[in-house]
Amino acid sequence: MKAGRFSKKELTTYAIVVAAYIICEILMLTGIMSSHMKGLLVPICYYAIVAVGLNLCVGILGELSLGHAGFMCVGAYSSALFSYVTESAIPTAPRFIIALVIGVVMAALAGFLIGIPVLRLKGDYLAIVTLAFGEIIKNIFNAIYLGTDSTGLHFSLKDMASMGMEPGGKIIINGAQGITGTPSDSNFTIAIVILLVSLFVVQNLVSSRDGRAIMAIRDNRIAAESNGINITKYKMLAFTISAAIAGASGVLFAHNISSLTATSQYFGYNASIMFLVYVVLGGIGNIRGSMIAAVILYMLPELLRGLSDYRMLIYSVVLIVMMLVNWSPKAREFREKHLSFLKIKKEAK
Amino acid sequence: MSFLTYFINGLSLGSIYAIIALGYTMVYGIAKMLNFAHGDFIMVGCYVIFTIVATMGLPPVAGIVVAIILCTLLGVTTEKVAYKPLRNAGSPLAVLITAIGVSYLLQNAALLIFGADTKAFTPVITWQGIVLADGALKIQGVTIITIVVSVLILVCLQTFINKTKAGQAMLAVAEDKGAASLMGIDVNKTISLTFAIGSALAAIAGALMCSAYPSLTPYTGAMPGIKAFVAAVLGGIGSIPGAMIGGLILGIIEILGKTYVSSQLSDAIVFGILVVVLLVKPTGILGKNIQEKV
Repeated sequence: MKAGRFSKKELTTYAIVVAAYIICEILMLTGIMSSHMKGLLVPICYYAIVAVGLNLCVGILGELSLGHAGFMCVGAYSSALFSYVTESAIPTAPRFIIALVIGVVMAALAGFLIGIPVLRLKGDYLAIVTLAFGEIIKNIFNAIYLGTDSTGLHFSLKDMASMGMEPGGKIIINGAQGITGTPSDSNFTIAIVILLVSLFVVQNLVSSRDGRAIMAIRDNRIAAESNGINITKYKMLAFTISAAIAGASGVLFAHNISSLTATSQYFGYNASIMFLVYVVLGGIGNIRGSMIAAVILYMLPELLRGLSDYRMLIYSVVLIVMMLVNWSPKAREFREKHLSFLKIKKEAK
Repeated sequence: MSFLTYFINGLSLGSIYAIIALGYTMVYGIAKMLNFAHGDFIMVGCYVIFTIVATMGLPPVAGIVVAIILCTLLGVTTEKVAYKPLRNAGSPLAVLITAIGVSYLLQNAALLIFGADTKAFTPVITWQGIVLADGALKIQGVTIITIVVSVLILVCLQTFINKTKAGQAMLAVAEDKGAASLMGIDVNKTISLTFAIGSALAAIAGALMCSAYPSLTPYTGAMPGIKAFVAAVLGGIGSIPGAMIGGLILGIIEILGKTYVSSQLSDAIVFGILVVVLLVKPTGILGKNIQEKV
């Protein structure tokens, strides 16, 4: 990876993020932005981050993963656990950095371990096994009970009583109620920095020798292999990095809300599917696109809030129509014929 | 004896999964797409029956018939409007995302029409069931009927596919669309027929499922849908006996896991089994063997 030699496309991406950051900061300082909008800024960032990470797996590696919410969950729980336990022992800044490292490493480890069996499979089978792993992770986190008292650490996968804790002991993870009282260490600036770092990692990887090897595997596995590319190594590399980025997003998630629970809304297969929607609508393999799609699609239901009950209905219709307009061969033909004057220079794939 | 009761309950739940999985596997085999909205067809079927039986006070049979007809229409229309334009889109992901959109659409439409509160579904099967071994073994009517219906459906489907012209056309389209159309098979019609059958099965599954577990929300169909898909993959996707076997295994493991291991971890166990099976046999129990070496 050669730092310092960015392509124009990469620089534009960073510029967009920085510009968006500055605009948001100005809006906040001048008081134009509502408090509701302010609350959305960090979630937008972590969804953009996970979309960027997933695009590495789906777009660059070409393997459909439906388990990224699980990796996010691993990052969230491991970092929240650390922050919660050390809240009074370590000052905020180093604590968050260590938590971030822990979250990313644990998610990467989960990605690595799950990648070994999963990457042997192909296509939809791979997708369904990643979905299965994601659900397993969510389920296990929902069943963990962890607490401390004077005799040491107690752990159970069944219920509170079977931990056998002394009265007055401190409960750390309370099963489905998760971890309550994680310090809110993340803010918009940190979120933007992590987003920039994730973009940097992915974009650099894509334009590096390793990235070209990964894309070669995607485009033609046999040809790549006969050119001496180590398939296992590069597949694992991409999958692990992708999981690690999802973990970073999970760290932000956990430190943005005070009580962390492994609900299916945030960490179930529904969430993984939502990430996939971001990636596909943003353009498979287009890193910047998936980031922008995440921002727009996350904002859309919020912007439609005035329509209250109808907003999710409209969201789904928009989703279907966007897919039909974007992808159907007939619509493409129509655009070529009648709307060619609107055509913006297309980025090379 | 209690083990036998749980086993039979598992068999019944597995039969429901199997019926849903049959629809899934047929659609997948022929259109090569994961129809994520399939689970929501079940939910639509349930709400239709609920409306007709509980609100309008008509007999359950009327409810089931109307639900089957409406679900069939819904399936065929969805395919025509949302999936067909994307059939040659270049990426299989395009139609997957549209299916997710349809799933959201159905869920939110149901949310608007019926509200978010859980509806108590009136079971369409009123038979109390049988008592064996001096009361030690009680089998509910819905359990027996579910198992019988699923076996009937399997036999009918197998006969339909292997003995009729339309069924053979389905196999041909599943194998090679281009070649099939060159042999004079109407590919569009065949795909529509597949969606019609799959959606009708979803309505039947809905009626059985909501009779056994009578609580109905707009999200009722989502998880069984996913589980049924897991069952289809477990049995070898595209294979009809495979879907049946996969569904039964899944249902039995789920109920036994819930009872003997941990109720919280039952889903983890179900998905764990899927992982193990696919690692040993990557194309499912009855699937064709193509392995990706890494």
